[in-house]
Amino acid sequence: MSKVKSLADLRKMRDELQTKVSLREKSDHPDKLVQVKVSMATCGIASGAKEVMNHMIEEMDRQAIDAIVTQTGCMGYCYAEPTIEVTLPNSAPVVFGHVDNKKANEIIEKYIIRGELVDGIIPVNYETVKENKNE
Amino acid sequence: MAKYKNHILVCGGTGCRASQGEEIVQNLGKVIEENSLENEVQVVRTGCFGFCEKGPVVKMVPDNTFYVQVTPEDATEIVSEHLVKGRKVERLLYTDPETQERVSESKDMGFYKKQIRIALRNCGFINPENIDEYIARDGYAALGKVLTELTPEEAIKVIIDSGLRGRGGGGFPTGLKWDITRKVEAEQKYVVCNADEGDPGAFMDRSILEGDPHAVLEAMAINGYCTGATKGLIYIRAEYPLAISRLKIAINQAREYGLLGEDIFGTGFSFDVELRYGAGAFVCGEETSLIHSMEGLRGEPTVKPPFPSESGYKGMPTNVNNVETYANIPVIILEGAEWFSSIGTEKSKGTKVFALAGKVNNVGLIEVPMGTTLREVIFDIGGGIKDGKKFKAVQTGGPSGGCLTEKHLDIPIDYDNLLACGSMMGSGGMIVMDEDDCMVSVAKFYLDFTVEESCGKCAPCRIGNKRLYEMLDKLTEGKGTEEDLTLLRNLSNVIKDTSLCGLGQTSPNPVLSTMENFADEYEAHVRDGKCPAGQCKSLMQYVIEAEKCIGCTLCSRVCPVDAITGDKKEPHLISQETCIKCGACYEKCKFGAISIQ
Ligand SMILES: Cc1cc2nc3c(=O)[nH]c(=O)nc-3n(C[C@H](O)[C@H](O)[C@H](O)COP(=O)(O)O)c2cc1C
Ligand code: SF4
Ligand code: SF4
Ligand code: FES
Ligand code: FES
Repeated sequence: MSKVKSLADLRKMRDELQTKVSLREKSDHPDKLVQVKVSMATCGIASGAKEVMNHMIEEMDRQAIDAIVTQTGCMGYCYAEPTIEVTLPNSAPVVFGHVDNKKANEIIEKYIIRGELVDGIIPVNYETVKENKNE
Repeated sequence: MAKYKNHILVCGGTGCRASQGEEIVQNLGKVIEENSLENEVQVVRTGCFGFCEKGPVVKMVPDNTFYVQVTPEDATEIVSEHLVKGRKVERLLYTDPETQERVSESKDMGFYKKQIRIALRNCGFINPENIDEYIARDGYAALGKVLTELTPEEAIKVIIDSGLRGRGGGGFPTGLKWDITRKVEAEQKYVVCNADEGDPGAFMDRSILEGDPHAVLEAMAINGYCTGATKGLIYIRAEYPLAISRLKIAINQAREYGLLGEDIFGTGFSFDVELRYGAGAFVCGEETSLIHSMEGLRGEPTVKPPFPSESGYKGMPTNVNNVETYANIPVIILEGAEWFSSIGTEKSKGTKVFALAGKVNNVGLIEVPMGTTLREVIFDIGGGIKDGKKFKAVQTGGPSGGCLTEKHLDIPIDYDNLLACGSMMGSGGMIVMDEDDCMVSVAKFYLDFTVEESCGKCAPCRIGNKRLYEMLDKLTEGKGTEEDLTLLRNLSNVIKDTSLCGLGQTSPNPVLSTMENFADEYEAHVRDGKCPAGQCKSLMQYVIEAEKCIGCTLCSRVCPVDAITGDKKEPHLISQETCIKCGACYEKCKFGAISIQ
């Protein structure tokens, strides 16, 4: 391992190493970041949710968008899989259905970056979804 | 480098390792490979999360799911459910003791809500055996900044302005101490880290060293630059093997990177750190004893002045600070004095780490801003008293501190307020007591500790504490008199005034504070021969009420010393001379005929 010979060396090293812990740092304050939840139950995985998840992580990483992408269980929209739920800071979550890589790009370009709405939103009333679960 | 989508943080602190933390790491690794997820999921051993009682703790990132009491067998389910299917493993989530609801994210747990982590910022966050993770978290940047951008005076000014005070017990202003050491001219100066941590039940310093050893090394180097020292020594008790091994790894990595050793950051400044081992004597935590112990002499204190800052190790100026004090330094340098001093109370800045123990629902390691109230710590963070019992007292400051009561619950915790109430901050032990705890016995417990740990150099401490202990013992036996109470108080004050070192000067505090706050309880032991908490065995009697006893003989059969006599279907009788008060009959009687008096 190379020696740290100056403060500039250390700073360069830190920048390179940052990715090691950035995921943990982000997860400490999720409300300030874009949160994406990918439905990864059996139906989701079968319909390609995993590829979409990987694609979104890589794409947002490339565009330096601070986001947390997590997988979640079945959201109850098996007919529209793969589904993803996007929560922008200070907004209500929005669910998109039938998301493939192309759709994912569109969601990133339009909704996540510019806050414009995109086709394919599944109208949900969050209260009822939660209530149904509890029954 | 693989880009991981999930990190699994497994606690590698002493507490969790003791309950198979290491096997969890192994099993997770295996199952992750079986599922071909090794390029997506990283398993990281971290330091203590503070929630040791519910350990082993496993935290999932980025969704922050917090699993408690995980076993190695749970690895399969965590991977197949949580990682593959995205479903939380419900049964491993923490259950809120009050609402009985399962809480999935650490930020929603009462235990973490009021905490601010400065000294513990990296504990439970980074892998302490990997210097790269420390550097990624701005590690050694404070050292770099001080060496290249600040003069020693300027750096010391930041510490003075921050208001940081020593976390080892005394609360001396840290920057001022550094400045005193700096001003003494000498060929060689030393920087010492006090990691003796002798308070019973305390493990703040151990956790910091296990979870973030580089923070302490970095701070010691900063101290060296500020005071003009080139050698650092860490005095650590040999009973801390994990902390010692992590420190050794950290020292080697820092040397390899050139962050310890010669010409650090190309500035010409040199500094290196060595370990010194203590045998775990409480008095060796006192700085003059500590220095003698490092010199190979007996670990006995000497009179101050001269203070170590003037004449310490080998007669040279020596700056002694506590582990937690050091852990605050790098952040203060990077974030600034103003930031640090905006946290806390007027005269106590920043945070304090406490080892919360005793009869609270959530025991563990916590860090709260100065000025937090005892009520917030015990009821919000601690989750209230166990088993719905009533709060009685909280002991702070260990063997040097005192017991505070109900009426102190809303006082903001800081150095001065605790002193004013007859206790002290100490190093951060905090033991909560409920209605079943007898305050005379609590005082006796601490005196027992002091008598064991007194080095015996001076008479007031060596003989006086022994006498205090004997008097307290007499009280718990029900043989105390009013005169004993007066004597207890007077002797306590004499010991405080005449002892040589801090051990003797503070050892009567547990007695004085319990006498002050629980005068009734002392009176009850003396006047009525009763222990209101029902703790002092000599003062209680198991009695069978003849009217309720149907003569089933169950009790006489369980009594281990044959203290119960009586014929079948006739009321039984307990012989008080023979009874050893084991309580077995009391538990067994189905008719409630046996009572404690
Ligand atoms: C009996 C006794 C035991 C002590 N034990 C410790 C200890 O275990 N750890 C510690 O840091 N300071 C301990 N101290 C305080 C030290 O003497 C010293 O004040 C402290 O290490 C200074 O560091 P600080 O200013 O950073 O707190 C003890 C003091 C006394 C009188
Ligand atoms: S006060 Fe106690 S511990 Fe301190 S020097 Fe005297 S005998 Fe030793
Ligand atoms: S079990 Fe209880 S009621 Fe029965 S003989 Fe013993 S003390 Fe009396
Ligand atoms: S040792 Fe694991 S939480 Fe403290
Ligand atoms: S009552 Fe004395 S031993 Fe059970």
